[in-house]
Amino acid sequence: MMQQLLLYPLLWQLFMSIALMFAWQHINIQRVMSIVGSAVGLVFSGMLFYKVLVYGTQTIQAGGWEAPFGITFVADTLSATLVLLTSIAGLAVSSFSSASIIPARLRFGYFAIFHFLLLGLIGAFLTGDIFNLYVWFEIIIISSFVLITLGGEKAQIEGAVKYFTLNILASIIFLTAIAVLYGLAGSLNMADLAVLIPKIENRGLVKVAAILFLIGFGIKSAVFPLYFWLPASYHTPPSAVAAIFGGLLTKVGVYALIRVFTLIFVGDVLLDEILIVIAVLTLFSGGIGALVQKNMRKVFSYLIICHIGFMIAGLGMFTELAIAGAIFYLIHDIVVKTNLFMISGIIYRIKGSNNIKSLGGLYKEYPKLSLLMTIPFFSLIGIPPLSGFWPKISLIVSSFNTQNYLVLGAVIFASFLTLIVMAKLWSEVFWKNPVDLPKREHFLYFNKMTTTRKLQMLLPIVFLTGVSLYIGFGAESIQQLSTRIAGELMNSQQYIEAVMPKS
Amino acid sequence: MEFLLAIMTGILYAAGLYMMLRRSLVKLIIGLIMISNGANLLIFLLGRITKGHPPIIKGSAEVFADIYADPVPQALILTAIVISFGLQSFAIILVKRAYKVVKTDDLDEMNTTDEEI
Repeated sequence: MMQQLLLYPLLWQLFMSIALMFAWQHINIQRVMSIVGSAVGLVFSGMLFYKVLVYGTQTIQAGGWEAPFGITFVADTLSATLVLLTSIAGLAVSSFSSASIIPARLRFGYFAIFHFLLLGLIGAFLTGDIFNLYVWFEIIIISSFVLITLGGEKAQIEGAVKYFTLNILASIIFLTAIAVLYGLAGSLNMADLAVLIPKIENRGLVKVAAILFLIGFGIKSAVFPLYFWLPASYHTPPSAVAAIFGGLLTKVGVYALIRVFTLIFVGDVLLDEILIVIAVLTLFSGGIGALVQKNMRKVFSYLIICHIGFMIAGLGMFTELAIAGAIFYLIHDIVVKTNLFMISGIIYRIKGSNNIKSLGGLYKEYPKLSLLMTIPFFSLIGIPPLSGFWPKISLIVSSFNTQNYLVLGAVIFASFLTLIVMAKLWSEVFWKNPVDLPKREHFLYFNKMTTTRKLQMLLPIVFLTGVSLYIGFGAESIQQLSTRIAGELMNSQQYIEAVMPKS
Repeated sequence: MEFLLAIMTGILYAAGLYMMLRRSLVKLIIGLIMISNGANLLIFLLGRITKGHPPIIKGSAEVFADIYADPVPQALILTAIVISFGLQSFAIILVKRAYKVVKTDDLDEMNTTDEEI
């Protein structure tokens, strides 16, 4: 029974989404089912994480076909950590959306699709087969298409057109890359590819495949010149949807980049330089983009782009310390970005707007809530001892060690830009005198909600803030975890042997 | 045959990208469909085309003695076709919906998401 533990988080989400479809019109049942189900999913992910932490990398050969012939599921420490974080964010957003999403949307199967999205995310983190990764990506994007269009407002539909075009294009480029890779190596198993690719003589074509992967995953993770779909679409769906998108979808792209460029295409100086240039430009453009936006959620969208740069920079420098920094940042970023979008959702429910010019006086009206919100804000900026601070030490130290002073400057500058953006946001939304907003009809304001609904919206924020605080104050354990992950990623032999044991 | 397929793949990619860069929503979808078909052909082509050697092991042998056609690319294409079929049908519905809501099929006029709300 326990050997299949690896598949439980995955199968549980699939079971949840099917079960939720049976309660199609009964949204109250769906709300309870989704929250309880996400909590159970979190338990499974926690068990898997514990098992990987204690016993090392877990693998399952689907259908009993030995790698490289069958599809392998692999949970190394990186995958297990990300599955755990997905479940944490999933539980928070599930509770948040049960209160903040209007019943009209819930009636069209919101929760079923939401769990499908989680299924796709967990599958993408666990699979050890490059084509299977493509299939999980397709599951993710088709569910995200439904979530982003659900409700069918004008802005939503327009955002969705941009979102889906670029994401389908990214998938096709990814598929092209797989075709080139298969033509070169004749295998799809990532561990097998890691063995085969260094032996191939046609280095030019290998480089082409690597660049195709970079572009495909680059679009998905929204790095510089490929990010324009993100600020055009992430502010259009309800905040709960934006929270799960902002927290996890771009991070899957980053995960895929980390996996592919530490396992399959290793030791290419040109690629590392490209990654560093991309990272620096992403840090700049995201930070400056956030500075000029008026819509709160657009500010956060640009900050997502900006902070993707930290992870790409860590990957580009390619030392154990730098990758540990990137992984630490990834862990911190998933929690804090999910939290930020939920906060913007609560502010929207309180005031009926997300435009920072027409907001104000929040600190006067809700002092306790505002103080709660400062914690994720400060974590995002990276004020010590909160969570965003620690990974930057690793990144800065390793940029000194590898003499990438450009990265050093960009990291500091981007942190500074984030500080300015958050300070501006704080003074506009929280400190400024309240602006009289016209009362909207047929709009459920926060203070008209029942206590249960209020709690359903507040508890996830408290929960994720607690996780953020743990990451900040328990930084040593997270740093150890990240260092262990970086060690595993740098010594891919361990991964290869876990998938294909030498008999 | 390989040469023809290679040319065809190139044409599909180029035409698809060209169509995607145009302003009409319908042409965008046509472009997407063309590129994804191009990708499928590319998998087929790069999986090496072997004629007249189906991957069936004779009853007397345990492994392949001769060259054989690789079945994996075909399985991949089949999967990719099914997935792109689903995505395309969603895309077509979305475009129809977008036309109804925005009342234009000109991509340059879809600027609601850039407005300050």
